[in-house]
Amino acid sequence: MSLGPYASFIVISYALVTVVVLILIIWIAVDYRRQRARLRELEASGVTRRSGRSAAEIR
Amino acid sequence: MPAATAAIIRDAMTLIDLANPTRFLTLTARILPWLAAATAILLLIGLYQSAMAPDDYQQGATVKIMFIHVPNAWLSMFVWGVMSLAALGTLVWRHPLADVAAKAAAPIGAAFTFLALVTGSLWGRPMWGTYWEWDARLTSVLILFLMYLGLIALWRAVEDPSRAARAAAILTLVGAINLPIIKFSVDWWNTLHQPASVMRMGGPSLDRAFLIPLLVMAIAFSLLFLTLHLAAMRNEILRRRVRSLQLMQASQRSA
Repeated sequence: MSLGPYASFIVISYALVTVVVLILIIWIAVDYRRQRARLRELEASGVTRRSGRSAAEIR
Repeated sequence: MPAATAAIIRDAMTLIDLANPTRFLTLTARILPWLAAATAILLLIGLYQSAMAPDDYQQGATVKIMFIHVPNAWLSMFVWGVMSLAALGTLVWRHPLADVAAKAAAPIGAAFTFLALVTGSLWGRPMWGTYWEWDARLTSVLILFLMYLGLIALWRAVEDPSRAARAAAILTLVGAINLPIIKFSVDWWNTLHQPASVMRMGGPSLDRAFLIPLLVMAIAFSLLFLTLHLAAMRNEILRRRVRSLQLMQASQRSA
């Protein structure tokens, strides 16, 4: 597969899309862990939901 | 009860169930792994097909940029469309998850719009001889990107999510006026950007060798959006749960 005289433009485009999509995935995954950790901390400190269910429970 | 009526009631109950954030969390926990796997598989197929696609007789191998530029450009508009529906959900139906959906979609939409602008620019330099031209299509997409950033800033500026929701919903619906302007800018004005070649009257003008990888990548990126959106909505629901528990904790301490 030859990318021709403008290979650098093609490679940079694909690399940039990969990086931005990876940043989105990592950001969302880290945010999920952070929210779960905060909920566990709150539950450990004795705060409970009005429903009485576990705060960190998502199922 | 007739079967059709029972089916309608069952569908309505499913929608009501989804309006309950806890049920929504249960649903996302079940379907997210499958969606993520389907997205990854389709992206791999799309990338393979893009790599194997022949060179265009005019663009050469630079046509490969189109396989990532076009899906991002479609999604930049589609995500704002989703946010506009969610805005109606907030203002008209007061659906409990509407604002969550809109807020979670905004950063993902901004990322797709950024990628559409940058990959378009990287395609434009070798093909048009310039990275940027202030024509109607490019300028209206830049305005869309700035509107995404404005909305994200609005949500971040107001601490109470329910207060931010109405203002953000109104701004989203006003911004939706930009969507037909982007779509038809290439027909209404004399632009450097080429007219539509896939979604056009009389069918796509692309050869199958380019159309198939493009459609596979478009479906893969749409699935990527769906996966990321559901995951970001789940985060937003948990963030609001954290906030309400912190408020409860603060009121218990002051009592």
